[in-house]
Amino acid sequence: MNPAYTSTGTDLVEGQRRIPLLLSRYAEALFWLARYMERVENLARILDVTDTFVRHGVDQSGWRSVIQINADEARFTEKYGTANAENVAEFYLVDRENPTSILSSLFAARENARTLRPLISTEMWSQINVFYNRVRGLTAADAAPSRVSGLCAYLKEQCQAHAGITDGTFYRDQSFAFYSIGKFIERGDQTSRLVDIKYHTLLPSAEDVGSAIDISQWHALLRAASGYQAYRRINPSYMTPASVAGFLLMNHSFPRSVTLCVRQIEIYLSQLSSGYGLRGAYAAQERLDELRAALMDQTIDQILARGLHEFLDWVQVQFIGLQNAMAQSFWRKPEMGQGQSQSQG
Amino acid sequence: MHGLLDGYDKGRFFCELMDCAAHDPAVALIASRLSQMDPAELCRRAEIAEIELFNQGITFTVYSDKDAIDRILPFDLIPRVLTSREWDVLERGVRQRVAALNAFIWDVYHDQKILKDGVVPAALVLGNANFRPEMVGLDVPLGTYVHVCGVDIIRDERGEFLVLEDNARTPSGVSYVIENRNMMRRIFPDLMDGIAVRPVGSYGMMLQAALAEIAPAHVIDPQVVLLSPGIYNSAYFEHIFLAREMGVPLVEGNDLVVEDGQVWMRTTAGLAPVHSIYRRLNDDFLDPAVFRPDSTLGVRGLIDVWRKGRVAIANAVGTGVADDKAIYAYMPRIIRYYLGEDAVLANVETHICAEPEGLQYTLDNLEKLVVKPVGESGGYGLIIGPHATRDEIAAFRVQLLDNPGNYISQPMISLSVSPTLAGEHLLPRHVDLRPFAITGRKTWVLPGGLTRVALREGSLVVNSSQGGGSKDTWVLE
Repeated sequence: MNPAYTSTGTDLVEGQRRIPLLLSRYAEALFWLARYMERVENLARILDVTDTFVRHGVDQSGWRSVIQINADEARFTEKYGTANAENVAEFYLVDRENPTSILSSLFAARENARTLRPLISTEMWSQINVFYNRVRGLTAADAAPSRVSGLCAYLKEQCQAHAGITDGTFYRDQSFAFYSIGKFIERGDQTSRLVDIKYHTLLPSAEDVGSAIDISQWHALLRAASGYQAYRRINPSYMTPASVAGFLLMNHSFPRSVTLCVRQIEIYLSQLSSGYGLRGAYAAQERLDELRAALMDQTIDQILARGLHEFLDWVQVQFIGLQNAMAQSFWRKPEMGQGQSQSQG
Repeated sequence: MHGLLDGYDKGRFFCELMDCAAHDPAVALIASRLSQMDPAELCRRAEIAEIELFNQGITFTVYSDKDAIDRILPFDLIPRVLTSREWDVLERGVRQRVAALNAFIWDVYHDQKILKDGVVPAALVLGNANFRPEMVGLDVPLGTYVHVCGVDIIRDERGEFLVLEDNARTPSGVSYVIENRNMMRRIFPDLMDGIAVRPVGSYGMMLQAALAEIAPAHVIDPQVVLLSPGIYNSAYFEHIFLAREMGVPLVEGNDLVVEDGQVWMRTTAGLAPVHSIYRRLNDDFLDPAVFRPDSTLGVRGLIDVWRKGRVAIANAVGTGVADDKAIYAYMPRIIRYYLGEDAVLANVETHICAEPEGLQYTLDNLEKLVVKPVGESGGYGLIIGPHATRDEIAAFRVQLLDNPGNYISQPMISLSVSPTLAGEHLLPRHVDLRPFAITGRKTWVLPGGLTRVALREGSLVVNSSQGGGSKDTWVLE
């Protein structure tokens, strides 16, 4: 008999051999690899759309709101001063000193991927490696206004290549669940930030609610989340601020809505707890139940009436809580002297 | 028709390709295929190979403040070819060497017969910085200390193989052997077409099997791991490669913990037992409770669990006493002492400065000799007499007399050459060979090994830190 090891996960046995275990450190790196890649894609989308709409004189709040979404006002102002196209693009695309830049996120993604090389496919690693090295070679001139759109298209395409290679080559054991949970937490968080900032900058004042609006601004918001066409299909005859916010936050089929992200996280958490017998997932599941209930039990009009900003703030806090629950259960080290031997049999 | 190898001049050295082509039809075929290659096409393929190595991250990484710069080990796409007859000698020689090393290490940590019999000076062993008193009296599984051994071998003008150095601690480079083969299959299939080359792909399985063999006896289906210092280590690529090929987790010190007299790894399901550790960490860093107390790379309590036989470690602690340059000089005598055989692979002629006659010879011939400090690696801290100035030799003489026991000397060795792509030409460049042997219950030698090549004209230094590259090594059936 194999001594000692009888884990709670022994119900999943492949042939005679136990299922592969997953190091805690790998779980953490998977979670963050997915988050960073998702962050790069989201930021590239936002920069691209902002570039287009500011150029056409449509979205005047444009560049400043990108900084607000990322809560970077202080750091940006200190280094660059004015929030114009040149400065914001440089800050978010190629500035190595900015920890929220695409370059910094890619560096972090690649370091996590390097840690994960024993686990992920060579194609997955190689694509990230080539991608990072290309972006690493970019200069401020490559982020000049005339090039932003082309560069963002490249960035999105590479993130999508990553998603495709992952889909096609990633072994579907618990590691895929950790990867996916990281991805959907980041995506849900990004969408909530986008709606939070844009909704209020696009509504000049409370009196304007319900008045005639320039709908092209709402087009921009939908495009930033790649939701424009889907929105048109289900709402062919009208476009109201409330319906746009409702779509981005709560639509059940739109792949970037907060609700859909929460449902995906739910599926992967339940895989971890029921499929792999990882009790550590319980705490995160409880955390997620609250978030799901808040999204299911209210309409967008109720949320707007009670205060959208307060609600989205709470959503973001829930995502942070979810992440902490994952860290606590799966990869944060126990304090010195505290035993952690639940799997010893 | 004009061929690429037409004007090839190997000089006074043995040429790995051309000297074998004369009497082996397969080698002759390879040489003629190479000679007929379009040089521009060769350059194009070399460029592709370089880009692929970089993109796939077959690299060592230099970290600076906020960045990580990847460098590849230069790859030369002209293979180094060994005939099966040549390989038979090498394989027997490496096996014999590993057997002698294991017997020697067992002895110095147990009865010390070889010291009592005066074959090897006791002071050289017991006073050696790599001698680990903690190991005395400890029995390791199967009596194997050196599970992975890399033997550095060169070839003199007559084509005779000579051992330059044993690497019995954590020899590296095997990942390049296998990746170089993969690369050749992709970019140079036409050279290999129809030629039976012994495969190298089973290394990871053989290593995993050896690690499983040394695991504590009561464990069925042992959990093997590879212990790495982490992503900042320059050999991290190799650690990844081996973990993948072995199909085992790559762990860092922080992933492991000792509790209840057992080694565990931290997994998402809690602690899971670990039975066998292939470590790529030096002895000093393995366990802060026993060795360097400041080491954060190791696992506190690991050595204690190992001593109790509840986990296996490869290579064993304390093997450095056997691959030291000072002990190297005694290897022919060590082989004879334990195995009752002559060494299949001779040493390079070596003078031991700790012995009066060796020191005298060295002092008398400094301008002709290479004098090396013992216990160093990487080609640093040595003097090459024929290349040194009068002043440098005078200064070194003082250094040598100050601490003769720290030095050995050897004549200028001549490494064999192999045709190597330089610009659009195939030119002779010096090579060495590091075969790898895996030992659990038995010893298995990976066919071929790592061929390192000094890419600079005339250079004898093949180390990657000093302008060396590598080649695929073909052992013909």
